[in-house]
Amino acid sequence: MFAGFMVNTWLAASMVAVVAGVVGFFAVLRGSAFVAHAIPQGAFAGAAGAALIGAGTILGLGVFALAGALGIGWLGRRGRHDVATALALVVMLGLGALFLSMSVEYAPEIYSLLFGEVFGVSGGEIGPMAVLGVLCLAAVAVLYRPLLFTSVLPEVAEARGVRAHRMEMCFLVVVAAATSMTVPVVGAFLMFSLMIAPAGTARSFTDKPLHAMGLSVAIALATVWAAVAASYETQWPLGFFVGVGGALAYGLGRGWARHRGTRAVRTRPPTGAVVTAG
Amino acid sequence: MSGILRWVFEPGLFGSAAVGVAVLVGGAVAVVSGTVGVLTVIRGQSFAGHALADVGATGGSGAFLIGLNPLWGFVGVAVVAAGIMESVGVRRPRGRDLATGIVLGAGLGLAALFLYWDTTWSNTTGASMTVLFGSMFVIDGSTVPVVIGFSVFVLAVVVLLYRMLLLSSLHPDLAAARGVPVRLVGIGYLAALAVTVSLSAMTIGAVLSTALLVGPAATALRLTKRPGWAMAVSAAIAVAATWLGILLAYDSYYWPPLQRGWPVSFFVVVLVFAAYLLTHLPGTGPRRAPGPVSLVNTRKEA
Repeated sequence: MFAGFMVNTWLAASMVAVVAGVVGFFAVLRGSAFVAHAIPQGAFAGAAGAALIGAGTILGLGVFALAGALGIGWLGRRGRHDVATALALVVMLGLGALFLSMSVEYAPEIYSLLFGEVFGVSGGEIGPMAVLGVLCLAAVAVLYRPLLFTSVLPEVAEARGVRAHRMEMCFLVVVAAATSMTVPVVGAFLMFSLMIAPAGTARSFTDKPLHAMGLSVAIALATVWAAVAASYETQWPLGFFVGVGGALAYGLGRGWARHRGTRAVRTRPPTGAVVTAG
Repeated sequence: MSGILRWVFEPGLFGSAAVGVAVLVGGAVAVVSGTVGVLTVIRGQSFAGHALADVGATGGSGAFLIGLNPLWGFVGVAVVAAGIMESVGVRRPRGRDLATGIVLGAGLGLAALFLYWDTTWSNTTGASMTVLFGSMFVIDGSTVPVVIGFSVFVLAVVVLLYRMLLLSSLHPDLAAARGVPVRLVGIGYLAALAVTVSLSAMTIGAVLSTALLVGPAATALRLTKRPGWAMAVSAAIAVAATWLGILLAYDSYYWPPLQRGWPVSFFVVVLVFAAYLLTHLPGTGPRRAPGPVSLVNTRKEA
């Protein structure tokens, strides 16, 4: 399990988990679960398009993820956010269907782009992944305070001069960057599970944003490591263990929160309690 | 004149049994999706609508595995998933989206496993492709009565629950005060939604299912204020987009670059999206969409 060819797998899986845990914290806080699902899934159409014209997969993914993110931001300003997300997603997937129908040999790769092929990571893929991952983390670190502010108290943030829409755009671009980094390795669906489930679980345990983010990363890492080990032993797809494991963790978190009787954790954003107290 | 007609409707369009089935099934699914979609958009549950289509695909691949008719897998799993979403979901939209996401994640994980078994044991590489994108021209003729039966059932549920659904969608507290069983109505609606999207996901693919559910309804709600009218307009847009998409796909058989037809889902998605964008031109749709968005806006102004 820890043989030479598995080193890349462990590295890639860990990097994905860290980025997904951090970005996912904001996705959950902002109620952007749909965006976290739509951008990775839609971006895979870009990979199909890139294969059609002979460009690199990561380039196609990046272009589509970015276009999707900007499209969601633009449409979301003029209409309902979930409608904008759904429409951006189906347009990207419609294009994906077109690209796939035009290329002949691409069909087997769809499965791996959707569900991931983490055991086939090459050393050359690790470099770009690490760069994009560090960029995502740096962006989150720089934007941390205003992003948190607009996520929790949009009206107050607006009154204090933070541009909510600009922050939304920044957040979408970060999700897009995280997507282009992770989808070639772990697949669109796995990326989504890793963004939502650990962050959702972490919120059942703590109210403090930084603690929740750290916990989210820890849960994501634990989920991925356990999943890689289990997948290695059973040969079953990694996505199964991550998806079901994430849901189990979330269920446990909710059970714990209910057991503690901490209603505030479930129904209020983290700093909400502080604000109402003050 | 006949030359133009011949150019628009490729010869053989009306004689083809596959096209006939596609028009029938596509039309029925479009009417139901358009109608249910209006409620989905008002309630802000587009994500649930999309997630149920994807999760239904899990059931489809599971049923495929044990040799059951995929339809029952689709509908059964989607209804169960809808029940879980509603029972986990908190009433705040953010909590509800999270619950939807968790169910979707678990469903996709199971789908990965089922598809893996499908491909290793029964050697059907095309399974993941068909489940995602569907294929309108290869619908089995025998599913037509089933699809129409389910469509009538869903429309009946919507008509029966119409007033209660609308009230509990727009003003949950008022509805509760008036004695409407909000929770029960929500579950009934989500079940209807689950049947709708799993039906459309199975016949025309998960992509088109979401497109027809959300696009026409959002367009219609920009055009008219009254929910009843919006449902009619939305169903009309959905049917028009579907049939036009089928026509274009049939015509595209002779288009470059491949001479083997562009996918229907591409055309329908583009048509639906174009209709939505048209309502966003300056000077159209001056009013705000009903529901949480307008509530948020008024609160901001107050």
